[in-house]
Amino acid sequence: MSTKPILSVPTEQLENTTFDATMEERILELLKRYPTTRATLIPVLWLCQERYGWLAPGVIRAVADRLGESPAYVEGVATFYTMFYTKPPAKFVLQACETLSCAVCGGKELLHHLESRLGIKPGEKTPDGVFQLVGVQCLGACGTAPVVQINDDYYENLTIERLDAVLDDLKGRS
Amino acid sequence: MESVLLRARGVPNSRSIDTYLAAGGWSGFAKALSMTPDAVVQETIESELRGRGGAGFPTGRKWSFVPKDHPGPRYLICNADESEPGTFKDREIIEHDPHMVLEGIAIASYAIRSNTAYIYIRGEFVRWAALLEDAIGEAHRQGWLGRNVKGSGYDLDIWVHRGAGAYICGEETALIESIEGKRGFPRLKPPFPAVVGVFGKPTVVNNVETLACLPHILTKGAKWFASIGRPKNTGTKLYCVSGHVKRPGVYELPMGVTFREIIEGPCGGIREGHTLKAFFPGGSSAPVMRASEVDVRADFDACAEAGTMLGSGGVIVLDDSVDMVETAANLAHFYAHESCGQCTPCREGSDWARDILDRIVAGHGRPADPETLLRICRFASQGMTICPLGDAFSLPISSIVKKFPEEFERHIRAASTVPQKKLPVLPWAGSRPGFGS
Ligand SMILES: Cc1cc2nc3c(=O)[nH]c(=O)nc-3n(C[C@H](O)[C@H](O)[C@H](O)COP(=O)(O)O)c2cc1C
Ligand code: FES
Repeated sequence: MSTKPILSVPTEQLENTTFDATMEERILELLKRYPTTRATLIPVLWLCQERYGWLAPGVIRAVADRLGESPAYVEGVATFYTMFYTKPPAKFVLQACETLSCAVCGGKELLHHLESRLGIKPGEKTPDGVFQLVGVQCLGACGTAPVVQINDDYYENLTIERLDAVLDDLKGRS
Repeated sequence: MESVLLRARGVPNSRSIDTYLAAGGWSGFAKALSMTPDAVVQETIESELRGRGGAGFPTGRKWSFVPKDHPGPRYLICNADESEPGTFKDREIIEHDPHMVLEGIAIASYAIRSNTAYIYIRGEFVRWAALLEDAIGEAHRQGWLGRNVKGSGYDLDIWVHRGAGAYICGEETALIESIEGKRGFPRLKPPFPAVVGVFGKPTVVNNVETLACLPHILTKGAKWFASIGRPKNTGTKLYCVSGHVKRPGVYELPMGVTFREIIEGPCGGIREGHTLKAFFPGGSSAPVMRASEVDVRADFDACAEAGTMLGSGGVIVLDDSVDMVETAANLAHFYAHESCGQCTPCREGSDWARDILDRIVAGHGRPADPETLLRICRFASQGMTICPLGDAFSLPISSIVKKFPEEFERHIRAASTVPQKKLPVLPWAGSRPGFGS
């Protein structure tokens, strides 16, 4: 598996975000799927996160403008959902499942190991901005516990050795 | 037993429409199109299919609540949120057989006369959302979706809608709010979605596994489906087994096998050197069962009689190495994190229960704690909240308190007698003991 790094565009460059023709085309395509404009909000936020890496204040304002919502409304929705980043994420976000099946099948040990290997606590980023550790709730893959999701990819049936190999590889490519 | 829902597992190239068609795929929808929508509803009622999303509500009956004279659109939503801890079956179906899901959606949409369906899939399932998109593309190209399907005059579009990380969006009214572009706050019922659903229109929400049964019911008949399993608990069921068994995974078995048959059969029993202590029969929101209850049948009615729920069929198996107070603390963290925050008993109750449990695990338990936990649970369940998340957090925690009192006593007896500087109800600020350090 070759997990793609997240490239977060810096805040300043997103201050006055405007959507280019490609984005606009994709938004128009989304608008056809739903009877209301508001229903495209979450799909549009996904488009933006894929494009800019995160939802900077300037991006929130651009989405609000485009969909006829207030920035406060858009931010209110975005912050309800844990997968939307309202702060720039690291290149690789390690989302370690903390829920029961993973916890009793080696997940606890895995999370400890990540903390000590990276020298950070859940919620933090490594100083070089390569890794970010997040404790997450059940990922819907409990039969192959323990599970860590890295960016869009699932890594299942992990051991400390396998996870180390994955991190070495990601670090090498970053 | 012959696999029905998992028949494609292990088949090469199983996701392609050609493989699916060669195995008789899409013929259930073709059959439905030759019938009236009402006849499809009737066939489903006769199959006695019950919803696999958690509540076990009869599927055909749910469809029959959609008003027939309603002008304008109605919607079908496939619930692929798969967020109940211990549940990982819908992903398995999508991974091996996405067309089976699409065909089920098509049949259900036709039955309720809907021309638009949405698949709400949890945001983390990026890869599986893409598999569904690919399958939708194939089905369009071969004329099974789109305008005038196979010359029948029936139009159907299916759109994949990704969630963005929220357990509560598995609850059908929160899911509907989320599709509408809002925070996932559940709605008060009634009105039920079948009457006022997404965009204010009649809407049916069905789980992936429920929908995946439909092509088989149409091709092989309601009688065939009803002959599998037990009366009122018909068909095969995907049991997702996780935790301390030798071979965790998704297993398809006739509804009504016992938990012992599941755990000791395909799962190969408890891992070496350990014995069964407890299990959650249907996801983490179901009341816990002791090892002595392992001969209960894994169907909706038998589980209800035994005081628990089949729920989503997510069987979480715990062996004798597990501390049940830590288990309760772990789940309390889940629910406290996932409560949407609308209703006070659930928002505050789940946080409060989590803090008490963390404190007990950290060695500062007090004799009154079990009783306080039961009281919190009582006030957050049984209709005190808009949606059943209040019950979902109360049932596992109160059942652990009631079924494993000796474990609480052990912690509390060993508790530090050094007075704490803090009130016991405030968050435990030390390391997180139910998990982590
Ligand atoms: C807190 C909560 C979470 C739920 N999560 C899911 C889920 O992840 N997937 C699902 O299919 N149903 C879930 N449900 C059940 C749905 O509300 C709904 O009953 C179900 O999708 C209906 O489908 P069915 O009739 O096919 O069972 C959840 C319910 C509650 C109260
Ligand atoms: S408990 Fe970790 S994936 Fe479900």
